[in-house]
Amino acid sequence: MEKRVVFRSAWLPYALLAPQIAVTIVFFFWPAAQAVWFSFQLQDAFGLRTEFVGLENFKALFADPHYLASFRTTAVFSALVAFWGIAISLLFATMADRVLRGALAYKTLLIWPYAVAPAVAGVLWAFLFAPSIGIVTYVLKRWGIDWNWIIQGDQAMLLIVVASVWKQISYNFLFFLAGLQSIPKSLIEAAAIDGAGPMRRFWTVVFPLLSPTTFFLLVVNIVYAFFDTFGVIDATTQGGPAQATQILVYKVYYDGVKAADLGGSSAQSVILMAIVIALTAVQFRFVEKRVQYS
Amino acid sequence: MVENRPLLTALSHAVLILGVLAVAFPLYVTFVASTLRLEEIMSVPMPLLPGDQLLQNYSQVLGAGTTTGSKAPVSTMLFNSSVMAVAIALGKIAISIIASFAIVYFRFPLRNFFFWMIFVTLMLPVEVRIIPTFKVVSDLGMLNSYVGLTLPLIASATATFLFRQFFLTVPDELAEAARIDGAGPMRFFLDVLLPLSKTSIAALFVIQFIYGWNQYLWPLLITGDESMYTVVIGINRMIVGGDAANEWNLVMATAILALIPPALVVVLMQKWFVKGLVETEK
Repeated sequence: MEKRVVFRSAWLPYALLAPQIAVTIVFFFWPAAQAVWFSFQLQDAFGLRTEFVGLENFKALFADPHYLASFRTTAVFSALVAFWGIAISLLFATMADRVLRGALAYKTLLIWPYAVAPAVAGVLWAFLFAPSIGIVTYVLKRWGIDWNWIIQGDQAMLLIVVASVWKQISYNFLFFLAGLQSIPKSLIEAAAIDGAGPMRRFWTVVFPLLSPTTFFLLVVNIVYAFFDTFGVIDATTQGGPAQATQILVYKVYYDGVKAADLGGSSAQSVILMAIVIALTAVQFRFVEKRVQYS
Repeated sequence: MVENRPLLTALSHAVLILGVLAVAFPLYVTFVASTLRLEEIMSVPMPLLPGDQLLQNYSQVLGAGTTTGSKAPVSTMLFNSSVMAVAIALGKIAISIIASFAIVYFRFPLRNFFFWMIFVTLMLPVEVRIIPTFKVVSDLGMLNSYVGLTLPLIASATATFLFRQFFLTVPDELAEAARIDGAGPMRFFLDVLLPLSKTSIAALFVIQFIYGWNQYLWPLLITGDESMYTVVIGINRMIVGGDAANEWNLVMATAILALIPPALVVVLMQKWFVKGLVETEK
């Protein structure tokens, strides 16, 4: 889409674009280019000498069992976060779309966790599940469950999944609710007249019509699990125990900042960039499609 | 409502009430913990009714921080977080509204090139370029400063898109009329476009304020100095070790203080928040 009426000026558009382009170059393109450049280099432990090593850093990464394990951890983590985040919020949204009384109150009470920082969400849940003083731990212990996420990897994973899902439900909920409200009531009435009960109507009419929203949320939730959960992890498990919760982003941070391995960390950044670009491309192809059909 | 099924409606209410309670549970426990003495929290199980230390705990953290962890006062941190959130929100809105104005209302060489340049930044979240960005900021001497805290985060493709979409829906007749009346582009921008964009600006402000307030990784890297901590970083600096080593009552009071401002923004500006959220993701 283009404007028919435009203004003419030789310099004004450039001046208007200058601030954004300047920030973009200095803080996006220049660092991204440097990440690519560093990823081909090897630095010695003191940062005195750097050597061009080509693809060595990448080869070393894919030969490193820790890195491959981190890939697996990320896959498991993002699948769990996306699945539960979407399933729970779809349930809430469907129920909220049904009720007439108190709909706004429910909505308000369900959306506020969006405002909580991931790192703060991590602290809240870590406190509830704290191995010695946590209130949830106390209940679990009475049920005979030996709860200690500081030592047990599966439980640490469960903790960060719960905290991340809790924070993301509000976002998914709002999109599902908007999606549900845009479904024409006549379709659902037609199905009801044909004798389809509520369950049948949901699975054969409502759910297929929500599939664009669900797909969009799937991509958004995977991106969320990949990057935005850094705060949750750093505030709780810090990748432990024994790297059981070290997702890719956390490893980039750990190797680059804590272990000062510039080349290895940059190579990981480059791989992550490739993943984000792929995810964004998938999302945009899908958005184009939706525009065509609607 | 297609048909009246009282049982199903009752079930819906039950699920929603359970959901609301489950979602609020961590917040309630946090609030209770922030009103207790440390010994009360340490005696397992901790009480589930508020104690009498509310004023005590909150004035302690606001004035002096914790005693075992970070000693920076939380009032300073709240100030830093506010500066960061407001500067990022306003900065993003300002630079992207003028950039979209240029892209939509002018034809000039390299227009598409610039548009794509902004577009691809969507694909480069801070998290993937942590170390090089840190180097750039440190080379520019911006560590431990508000500029370093905000400037790298204000370039935003989403805001630029939102304004571009909105400007494309503004009727051409308005620009035409302005031109016939002899108004230049800036006059048109200030007197016509800006007032029309009020709702979009409000919606973006809400979303970006929360984004800025909740930043974690970036302030973690560049604020080495206690006086520059944001409140989200401050909480994590108060947690120094295992369960018994932390002053949980104070940590939890800080957590409540950290989530009140963005939660209020979401709840009070709900209409704009929902609009901003749904529209920036288009």
